[in-house]
Amino acid sequence: MSSLATDPTRSGQVVLRAENVWKTYDDGAITVLRGVDFEAAQGETIALCGPSGCGKSTLLHLFGGLDEPDSGRIAVNGIEVNRHRNLLKLLRHEIGFVFQLHNLIPDLTLAENCLIPTVAAGTNRALANQRLHELAERTGLTHRLNQKIQKLSGGERQRTAICRALMNHPKILLADEPTGSLDEHTSATVFQLLLDVAANEGVSLLMATHDRGLAYRCDRFVEMHDGRIYEPRTV
Amino acid sequence: MIFLKLILTNLRRHRIRSFISIAGIAFSVAAMLTVVTILQGAIGMFSSILSSDSEVIVFERNVSDLFFSNVPASLSSEISTWPTVAHADPVLFGIVSSADHPIITCFGVTPGDARIRKATWLAGDRVLFGKSNDDVVLGSRAADFLNATVGSRVPIGHGTFHVIGILKTANGFEDGGVFMPLAAAQSFFHKDGSSVVTIKLRSKEDAAAFKAHVKQSYPNLIALEDTEFQHSYSQFKILKATAWAVGGCGLILGGLGIANTMIMSVFTRIREIAILRVNGFSNTQIAAMIFGESSCVAAFGAFAGLVIGITALFTLKHVPALDGYVDASIRPVLMLIVIVLALLTGIAGALYPAAYAMRIRAVEALRFE
Repeated sequence: MSSLATDPTRSGQVVLRAENVWKTYDDGAITVLRGVDFEAAQGETIALCGPSGCGKSTLLHLFGGLDEPDSGRIAVNGIEVNRHRNLLKLLRHEIGFVFQLHNLIPDLTLAENCLIPTVAAGTNRALANQRLHELAERTGLTHRLNQKIQKLSGGERQRTAICRALMNHPKILLADEPTGSLDEHTSATVFQLLLDVAANEGVSLLMATHDRGLAYRCDRFVEMHDGRIYEPRTV
Repeated sequence: MIFLKLILTNLRRHRIRSFISIAGIAFSVAAMLTVVTILQGAIGMFSSILSSDSEVIVFERNVSDLFFSNVPASLSSEISTWPTVAHADPVLFGIVSSADHPIITCFGVTPGDARIRKATWLAGDRVLFGKSNDDVVLGSRAADFLNATVGSRVPIGHGTFHVIGILKTANGFEDGGVFMPLAAAQSFFHKDGSSVVTIKLRSKEDAAAFKAHVKQSYPNLIALEDTEFQHSYSQFKILKATAWAVGGCGLILGGLGIANTMIMSVFTRIREIAILRVNGFSNTQIAAMIFGESSCVAAFGAFAGLVIGITALFTLKHVPALDGYVDASIRPVLMLIVIVLALLTGIAGALYPAAYAMRIRAVEALRFE
């Protein structure tokens, strides 16, 4: 067990780094992160487990620039996150998010939902479409591209969310309980898909999950409890 | 394309709300267009009465209304002898009343006046005009509502007059008016002069010299060219200001409607905005989406308003009671101004909602159900 969650056996470049990160809510009444130190290397898949409220989602949000730490330093690809200009670049090109709820826009089609990050980033339309078809094929969604979100199954929606997260070739994928609302079989499929695309795309995957059975299939298993990180063992 | 779809999707999603906002702008635009056009038409008609076969109008300086202006008859006569003047026609304006018709415009004119000379005489003989102070000529609409024909005697104000002619003019005020010999009008209204003197110059290039001459010779009078008069006459200014104020109030109400719609729109899609943020949308892109939505509402509203306004004007023009009073020809510049104002209203209405949307924090909004 260590307070600095790093894997010394991995020699890849560090893409995520948290140094002595503290985070509280309600004017300090609730402390969610208590001096968290964490590192993730390029291409690693890391499962972040722990009870509800232990700070998993908060840590992911901090890495994604969606929230700011009270103190400490959060860096992605060596650049500190809490600066606005970096934040847009971060969200557009370096990080992809997958949430427990798919968070897709219901009135748009599968393809249109996936293309949203490319619209934000101003990606060339032809390139964006090429990427869309590439990812759709990889995730088995090619035949569903023109379907409205309401017509997709839960698994398809989550696969769509994965496609969307990967559209701009991010180097890091942050997944906040991506299988939390799926049945066991679909969970296993989506989880495997995440691992596959992470491997194929060469992205680092940091995934919060309650499912320890699935979590042990990641390169690393990190335990969070009461705002602190413990790394019981390297998988 | 997807950006546009994000804008239109929300309008489609809340059809009733969008429709109400569009209707708000549409009726504001229609009101502004209709009121301004009618008043501009009225101003144009009044101006055309004054500028009938003339280039310059002479009247008393610093009067708030031409009805209060008094140009002494002797000065009219003097001006008519100036070498630059082709002819000078004194005109006395007055409001008279008759049974059931409290307001009838009365024109006291000389027999040689362009209004008498150039009108289409439907009945009667022009040469008889001015022979007797009991004689009047009626515009065709006035003849209709006074049930008068040539030879009738009509009660007007405190007197009864003999109708010697009925004429038709394109101008609603003239067509609904009574023409009296100038001397009869002076007696009727207890004035010894005229309200204005309309001047036909031998050459239009003499206008500046003529005006300077009037200023020098008669400090109490002012001479204005027709276009100058339209821009400087205080009654016209008041009418125009009123028209724009009425339309402006309508647009403010429409703008508040848009603001309300857009605030609701932002509130109901907080989570969606958060999703877009997480996917890299900048503040500018979020704001552009909100402004795009409000601009669509304003644009649809402006278009519908133009259609409603034009239809209303066309209908009013063909109401028999308003025949000749409504000029339904809308100036393109007015349409442009109204459209631009509607779009600006749309943008103004989206300012707060856009600012609110830009402040939405994705991490909190994603928890929003």
